Amino acid sequence: MSVFKDAGHLFRFAGLFVLAFLVFLVVRHYIVPKSFGEYGHYRGAAIGEIAAHPIKYAGHETCEACHSDVLDVKKNGKHAHVNCEACHGPQAKHADDPASVQPAKLDTAILCVRCHEASAARPKGFPQVASADHSNGIACETCHTPHSPGLDAGGAK
Amino acid sequence: MNMSRRQILILLPAAAVAWKSVLAGTPETSPNYRMTDHWWGMLIDIPKCIGCGNCVRACQAENDVPEGNFRTWVERYHVTDENMTNPEVISPDGGKEGFPVAKEDEGKYFFVPKLCNHCADSPCTQVCPVGATFISPDGVVLIDPTYCLGCAYCVQACPYGCRYIHPEKKVADKCTLCYHRITQGLTTACCEACPTGARQLADLKNPKDPIHEFLKTHSVQVLKPQMATGAKVFYNDLDGSVR
Repeated sequence: MSVFKDAGHLFRFAGLFVLAFLVFLVVRHYIVPKSFGEYGHYRGAAIGEIAAHPIKYAGHETCEACHSDVLDVKKNGKHAHVNCEACHGPQAKHADDPASVQPAKLDTAILCVRCHEASAARPKGFPQVASADHSNGIACETCHTPHSPGLDAGGAK
Repeated sequence: MNMSRRQILILLPAAAVAWKSVLAGTPETSPNYRMTDHWWGMLIDIPKCIGCGNCVRACQAENDVPEGNFRTWVERYHVTDENMTNPEVISPDGGKEGFPVAKEDEGKYFFVPKLCNHCADSPCTQVCPVGATFISPDGVVLIDPTYCLGCAYCVQACPYGCRYIHPEKKVADKCTLCYHRITQGLTTACCEACPTGARQLADLKNPKDPIHEFLKTHSVQVLKPQMATGAKVFYNDLDGSVR
């Protein structure tokens, strides 16, 4: 029995340990977010929060719902597969409230050369011109209609 | 209920944290979107890329990417006979405003748009010490900004250099594959703005997605395949010199 004579302090220590563990469990229960571990070792609700980010690019289907006239012009031209917002920029605000939010007028001097300025780095088959020689500073839309720049669009090319 | 001062002192901060998460609420999710039905990736068709920088601008506008950081960017490679294995690579301002005009010579030029590869076995999510970055059930590598400590382990771990520390939020940030768009049936902002269709969102779990036919019939490569990251951004006709 002499072995257990002084065991009291061990039991007290064990009791303290169990209590600390219970406190840990309680604190953990409150601190760890509810959705943690829902899908894996992360907060599941984060997925919904990331998905709630506001949209800025409305998408071409949204544009075409109202601007079907432009779609008709575009669909047979060279720019048929260029989405509206590739040139016009993010227009979700305009799509939400077309009356009060108007898209800015585009500057073809900046816009056209982004894609069509001649450079050996671009793919060979892609239509490109050295703008200084090609038009001598005349605005692109003088000859080309941006929505349908093909041969049959009334433009030079 | 009788509580000692000690118990109250322990429970108060815990209760405050819990109450904060209750107040934050659960955000709405798209009604018809089931995460288990999708496995997202992207296809990049190198011969179609003209280096206009539309994707970079669209990404920055859509995702409020801070100036000087990039969730996607475009690199221009210049390979000559002398530097076949060590090509000249430039990406001025991420290619946002395009590239300087290249003169005709015997070298080969091409553009390589880059973004998070949304790896199926991503090194970045494995090193996160707190579970702040993860692969969602639909295969998108995401960051929980409220959980991230900003330790930047993941920034170092990404073999593709796709992560950065947000200068104001001081947390890791990266491409979400426009998760807020693809869960609503839209394509990503970069794909929407790409004028040539060089970038295409791909759903590898959707049998009707044209990606399956494309992968069968084209010579498609991922970046750094030797690292076995399970990268899901597929590059068509990628030059062997691309690192």
